[in-house]
Amino acid sequence: MHDGAGELAVSEISPQRIVIVGAGPAGIRAAATLVEAGLHPVVIDEAHRAGGQIYRRPPDGFVRTPEQLYGSEAAKARALHGLFDRLVEDGRLTYCASSSVVAMHDGQLHVLGEGGMQEIFYDSLILATGASDRVAPVPGWQNAGVYSLGAAQIAFKAQGVALGRRIVLVGSGPLLTLVGAQLVKAGADVAAVLDTSSWRQQMRGLSGFAARPVLALRGLALRARLGRRYHAGVTLERIEADEQGVASLRWRDASGRQRLTPCDMVGMGWHLRAETHLADLAGCAFFYDEQWQQWLPKTDEMGRAGNGIYLAGDGVRLLGADGAEVAGRLAAAACLADLGYQATSAGADLRKLARLERFARGLARAFPWPAAMVRTLPGDAIVCRCENVTAAAVREGAHCGGGEANRVKSLSRVGMGRCQGRYCQLAAVELVAAQAGCSPDAVGRFRGQAPVRPAPVGAFLGEG
Amino acid sequence: MITAGRIVRLAERDRAQVQFVLDGQICQALAGDTVLTAMLAAGHALRSSEFGPEPRAGFCLMGACQDCWIWQEKGPRLRACSTPLAEGMRLCTTAPESWP
Repeated sequence: MHDGAGELAVSEISPQRIVIVGAGPAGIRAAATLVEAGLHPVVIDEAHRAGGQIYRRPPDGFVRTPEQLYGSEAAKARALHGLFDRLVEDGRLTYCASSSVVAMHDGQLHVLGEGGMQEIFYDSLILATGASDRVAPVPGWQNAGVYSLGAAQIAFKAQGVALGRRIVLVGSGPLLTLVGAQLVKAGADVAAVLDTSSWRQQMRGLSGFAARPVLALRGLALRARLGRRYHAGVTLERIEADEQGVASLRWRDASGRQRLTPCDMVGMGWHLRAETHLADLAGCAFFYDEQWQQWLPKTDEMGRAGNGIYLAGDGVRLLGADGAEVAGRLAAAACLADLGYQATSAGADLRKLARLERFARGLARAFPWPAAMVRTLPGDAIVCRCENVTAAAVREGAHCGGGEANRVKSLSRVGMGRCQGRYCQLAAVELVAAQAGCSPDAVGRFRGQAPVRPAPVGAFLGEG
Repeated sequence: MITAGRIVRLAERDRAQVQFVLDGQICQALAGDTVLTAMLAAGHALRSSEFGPEPRAGFCLMGACQDCWIWQEKGPRLRACSTPLAEGMRLCTTAPESWP
């Protein structure tokens, strides 16, 4: 398709080519808003079926209902799936499933799909790339049987499986409780759910939780289902393994008592990390958000990042699925206004977003990134899972190269592996900051590089 | 339902059986399984690490971490978490001899 034969003939349908990357709640709402205005967007999605991660759909032939899969959020999932499927069936948008944007320049996206590499031009670009688990290294986390919390949830929702016979979940944040409760309900053997945030820390989120009392209460009810499996304020020491993978987890409870829990699977995550690689390639400016303890792209309140780029959903502000739906509508409205279409009133959506933001900031306070744990990692702990770069190597890089993220990256190779630093960047920066005696903000962030997903060389040469 | 491998099938168990070959052995999986699910129903790992002694079994399951790239007997490598299993696939946990 690289010769242009497969180039999408969308320009004949819409005067402007608007491309949306991602078909989760934000991407779907953005697409629907554009279609309502009479435009024909192109939606590029890595999944086989639209829905995103939280509303991910199982393959054909699976029989569980949305109520079984999504619980209290089933109606929202049904609405989004139904809406998007109708837009595809009616030919109101062009859907590129199983396709990844791996690079971009000069208003052109390089998209790797099942048929190989394709170039797609855009006049306006809406990035709705979502988030993945924010993970922190625990010594031994390179072993088989350690997964992200998101992975545990995807395995259950999209495949109906648990990733181990005896499960321990660790980290902090709403997903820790949710995944634990889902797996317990499904009959999995969940040995322990270990929260690194203390009860006292969790109380600090209270003022924010008042913004969505029903959701906060639902979280508490899920927590209650975990019973004595749940421990707050733990310290994680080491994941021990045998030749098959994970064998046990060593940890200390809130009173400092040593514990050893045999298990063959550990799921981990400390809330979410915005997926920002494409925003970076698109030239968006970033800032370090002290509350979220990560770098986020800068936009205005509608999601405008400048130069025809718009951002929506968890890839720019971690507000969850409800916030992503609102942000998707707003980003599309901003895009339409900039293209000269009649602007609709955004007031109600902006007020809703502000309320969701108060709640989300409460979550960020209650379930923080475990900075102290990362700063005191033993030297032999792996920081980069891709290439087994150790904490000692990162500290050595900071010692020799100073407290700048990209210098430490080139000296130690941390962040150069095939995940492109998605799962090690925050920990590496924390270690560098500790070594250099400065803040993570001052250390900076790894520069994004194309391809943002691995791509065979042949695909770039036109053999793909 | 406990499998021979790492995973436990909690739901969606009434699907058609699919056969594939893993390291030369015929294995069973279910229609709709990803390659990752099928391989971890048959064993405990997907591949060995190039940088350490430990086996690897995937990490994020959403195509972001790239931990689950595995080999086929012939043809390109594939990302196990995002590739649906197809009847008769011939998969390997180690690089085939023809791999450079």
